[in-house]
Amino acid sequence: MARYRRTRSVALGDRVFHAALWICAASIPLLLLAIVLELAVTAWPAITRFGWGFLVSTAWDPVTDTYGALPMIVGTAVSSLLALLIAVPLALGVAIFLTEFAPLWMREPIARLVELLAAIPSVVYGLWGIFVLIPLLREYAVPLLQRAFGWTPLFAGTFYGNSMLAAGIILAIMILPYISAVAREVLLAVPNDQREAALAMGATRWEAVWTAVLPYGKAGLMGAVVLGLGRALGETMAVTMVIGNRHEIGLSLLQPGYTMAAAIANEFAEAVTELHLAALFEIGLILFAITVAVNAAARLLVWRVARASAAGSRAL
Amino acid sequence: MNRRLRRRLLSGAFIAATALAAVLVLLPLVLILFDLVARGASSLNLEFFIRNPRAPGQPGGGVANAIVGTLIIVGTAAAIGLPLGIGAGVYLAEFGHGKMGWLVRFVADVLNGTPSIVIGVFVWTWMVRPMGHFSALAGAVALAVLMIPMVTRTTEEIVRLVPGALREAALALGYPRWRAALSVVVRTAWPGIVTGALVGVARIAGETAPLLFTALGNLNFKTDLLEPMQTLSLQIYVYATGPFAEWHRLAWGAALVLMMMVLVLGLLARYVSRTRFSGGR
Repeated sequence: MARYRRTRSVALGDRVFHAALWICAASIPLLLLAIVLELAVTAWPAITRFGWGFLVSTAWDPVTDTYGALPMIVGTAVSSLLALLIAVPLALGVAIFLTEFAPLWMREPIARLVELLAAIPSVVYGLWGIFVLIPLLREYAVPLLQRAFGWTPLFAGTFYGNSMLAAGIILAIMILPYISAVAREVLLAVPNDQREAALAMGATRWEAVWTAVLPYGKAGLMGAVVLGLGRALGETMAVTMVIGNRHEIGLSLLQPGYTMAAAIANEFAEAVTELHLAALFEIGLILFAITVAVNAAARLLVWRVARASAAGSRAL
Repeated sequence: MNRRLRRRLLSGAFIAATALAAVLVLLPLVLILFDLVARGASSLNLEFFIRNPRAPGQPGGGVANAIVGTLIIVGTAAAIGLPLGIGAGVYLAEFGHGKMGWLVRFVADVLNGTPSIVIGVFVWTWMVRPMGHFSALAGAVALAVLMIPMVTRTTEEIVRLVPGALREAALALGYPRWRAALSVVVRTAWPGIVTGALVGVARIAGETAPLLFTALGNLNFKTDLLEPMQTLSLQIYVYATGPFAEWHRLAWGAALVLMMMVLVLGLLARYVSRTRFSGGR
């Protein structure tokens, strides 16, 4: 800095500039600190009252003021895993198709269209889920599933419409564009030498991808999946609108469930007692901690591959 | 020979499978956009745009309050979030080599992945509870909080793309550092920064969860930032989950309008960076 300090006014200008930008930048860590503090302070009554038991209790009764988060934690895990189960093969398939096999002229347009899925607001997904997806499931998909797998507990019971299954499918559609965008960046960052070497050894096009490209990008692809998981865990509106919002742990995917985010969205306005509110904030705090951990993991995994390209972090 | 044929067939099958995945991914996009137009377009008449909601269950009415509310809340959020986000992004690009830069970058990425509902309850404790009532301002702050880390990271990346030689040339001509940064570096990157800002605005325009306990929603036409205010996203949520067919019709119309807003912002973002960048080179 000293090099530029020719006159007092110049030095002053630089100092003001630096200070102004520093304040903008500092607002970001301060925000994180404020979020953690506000959540923890408001959740404190529930934390001290229920302790670790909060995580494993299934009680949720505003009348007797006892709360446990297990149904929501399980519901969040099940709906997110179901979403990953559906979305990961499709998203990786698209990413591989777009970087390895598709004719050059269609790569960019299709990638743009897939990204468009990320632009659709969550509440619009929820609307579509209620009025299009659930009727479709009821008419066609669920009868088929029940005929094939009705004997397993996963597809037992009556289908009410609002269900784990509907939430999982909506979530899958919503996280698809994120997984495929990051996976595409990762695959683009794989050096062409890898492909050419495999092809030169006589590999078919698929074998080249399977033996030389995918192993090279493995960590990054894992990162893409974990990133998708992070999105699914915290998704609120669409899930709230189709999952049924019931405090029960059921094995059947056809029955209603609950997620942490949905519980907050749904009950916050009705929380009358301080403890009820604190319990909802503790759920928010748990959700926050989980997503921070998941996103940090995704970030580290993607960086291992796509560190060189700024695109890697842009996709995040 | 037989073995070779088998490998070729297998390769073809897997390639076909990835193509099929592409079709299956685009299918829901096509379905959703088709349904939005098919079910929403018929609701879009003059009344829809200039009237407020009628009493529950009565036919007619519009979402004028929600459209204006969306513009006000998103506009206020942009006014708060964009300067902070862009400033932080320029800081990271210009001074972000040290520990502070690492911290800000890491926290911005962490906040980018934070569920928006968590931001919503945070702003509730921060603004709504102390003020004693819901307000459009609190909603705007929640959206701004969502937007800041996003805009920070896109701004940083664009500013970093500006060649170092440009900055050095400006400094060699005797510009102080702040002028070199503002008049040369930031100015060169400006179209890209605007694109990042528009993408950020498009992302928050459709958000609902952070507004549930901040802006709350309002059946009446409001322009006062200190009162609860309706947005299209909140209106879609209430109408879609409500019991009346008339509400469902309005929800589809509102969803179509919201989707078009988001798409127009997205196209605008693309257009800004395309024309200016290609013109500048």
